[in-house]
Amino acid sequence: MRPLTEEETRVMFEKIAKYIGENLQLLVDRPDGTYCFRLHNERVYYVSEKILKLAANISGDKLVSLGTCFGKFTKTHRFRLHITALDYLAPYAKYKVWIKPGAEQSFLYGNHVLKSGLGRITENTSQYQGVVVYSMADIPLKFLK
Amino acid sequence: MEGQSVEELLAKAERDEAEKLQRITVHKELELEFDLGNLLASDRNPPTGLRHAGPTQEAELRALARDNTQLLINQLWQLPTDRVEEALVARLPEPTTRLPREKPVPRPRPLTRWQQFARLKGIRPKKKTNLVWDEGSGQWRRRWGYQRARDDTKEWLIEVPGNADPMEDQFAKRIQAKKERVAKNELNRLRNLARAHKRQLPSAAGLHPTGHQSKEELGRAVQVAKVSTASVGRFQERLPKEKAPRVSGKKRKFQPLFGDFAAEKKSQLEMLRIMNSKKPQLDVTRATNKQMREEDQEEAAKRRKMSQKGKRKGGRQGPGGKRKGGPPSQGGTRKGGPPSQGGTRKGGPPSQGGKRKGGLGGKMNSGRPGLSGKRKGGQHQGGKRRK
Repeated sequence: MRPLTEEETRVMFEKIAKYIGENLQLLVDRPDGTYCFRLHNERVYYVSEKILKLAANISGDKLVSLGTCFGKFTKTHRFRLHITALDYLAPYAKYKVWIKPGAEQSFLYGNHVLKSGLGRITENTSQYQGVVVYSMADIPLKFLK
Repeated sequence: MEGQSVEELLAKAERDEAEKLQRITVHKELELEFDLGNLLASDRNPPTGLRHAGPTQEAELRALARDNTQLLINQLWQLPTDRVEEALVARLPEPTTRLPREKPVPRPRPLTRWQQFARLKGIRPKKKTNLVWDEGSGQWRRRWGYQRARDDTKEWLIEVPGNADPMEDQFAKRIQAKKERVAKNELNRLRNLARAHKRQLPSAAGLHPTGHQSKEELGRAVQVAKVSTASVGRFQERLPKEKAPRVSGKKRKFQPLFGDFAAEKKSQLEMLRIMNSKKPQLDVTRATNKQMREEDQEEAAKRRKMSQKGKRKGGRQGPGGKRKGGPPSQGGTRKGGPPSQGGTRKGGPPSQGGKRKGGLGGKMNSGRPGLSGKRKGGQHQGGKRRK
């Protein structure tokens, strides 16, 4: 387990910023505690300082996970964001898409959404923008590019 | 009774004596060979008693070992002795058995450059005397080394030669020359060593500019040059698309797990700030390029329309005159616009870049001549040139 290097932090921030933009600094600098990113076995975990101190007592090969896994670095050092990060991306998302209840189930099973299944969408969303998909009851479902 | 006991005692003493002797003296058919320098005793007697190959050889083996060791120690007692710090020490002779080599035979070293040259020319080392008569100090001095005979760095008077700069320090010059010779010698010595061990000098990797260096050699030379600064290449700038150099060899050092959290947060926020500040500028250039392209297309369409009208009316003057009036005014407004807003453009918010006037500062003037070249009709070009 180790902190991220400059290069790795930059790559990760660029990826996350596609979905939440400047709100990323709210993740880095939180009023209710010190949270940090740590790398363990090529995966990035977002963990509070308290839990980090506890996790430091576990040996590296026995430690499976800590805090929330945001994603992992692939072999070629690209960052792949995982679905476990959704809870932290959803509140800060800049561009949101709401899906009608009828299309929601099909979407969750991996199918595409037709235009008729689209409920609402934030305005000024450009093409190929990173968005967070919600259901009509404002439950975050996925994040997509 | 007492006499009997006395006799018994004497007999017992005799028996003990005999036993002791028996223990000390060992009878062997063939004498052993001793190498006392290595504390070695070689027994060539055939081991007849040990041929049974049964499980009960232990006692016989032990007896044999005891006998041979006894003989060896008997020999040791016959050596001349020393007294070393209250201990009696036997002075061992030189060992006579030659032990085999521990390591393989060394390969012949390759000849140094001088040796090759001397062999080629048939130069043999001349026998030289160790001491040379030194006139200045009036004594015999060595040929080289400490307090040598003719040390030109130690002279107290040097005449300035006719063609030299009068302000030059001749003493410093001589010392410098000496240093250079020493450094050159050292370099040659290291090169000879490297050649002997077929290894490259670390400073020489790819650094022989022949003009025919391959891509890999040039890459290596770039790497070495980058690292040859006082901070070992840590603050060297990179070209825009150049990747960070891979740290090779030594283990990577990471920040400690519980470093300063505040410092970590600060550096991350700083990185975010830089990332956010960089984003809009690219959008501005893209937007302005797009805008300019649209404008040029509109103008092209307009010109084509006007030229068609000119053809119908007849004569080049009309359209030419119109065109004379037209473009300069347009160019004038355009050229007048940007300088006032060009200063604000780069620093301002992204929305300014989308607007037409703000964006045309840098690109417009360079765009014009190229576009005029693309005009389809010769008439248009003529109109431009007439201006």
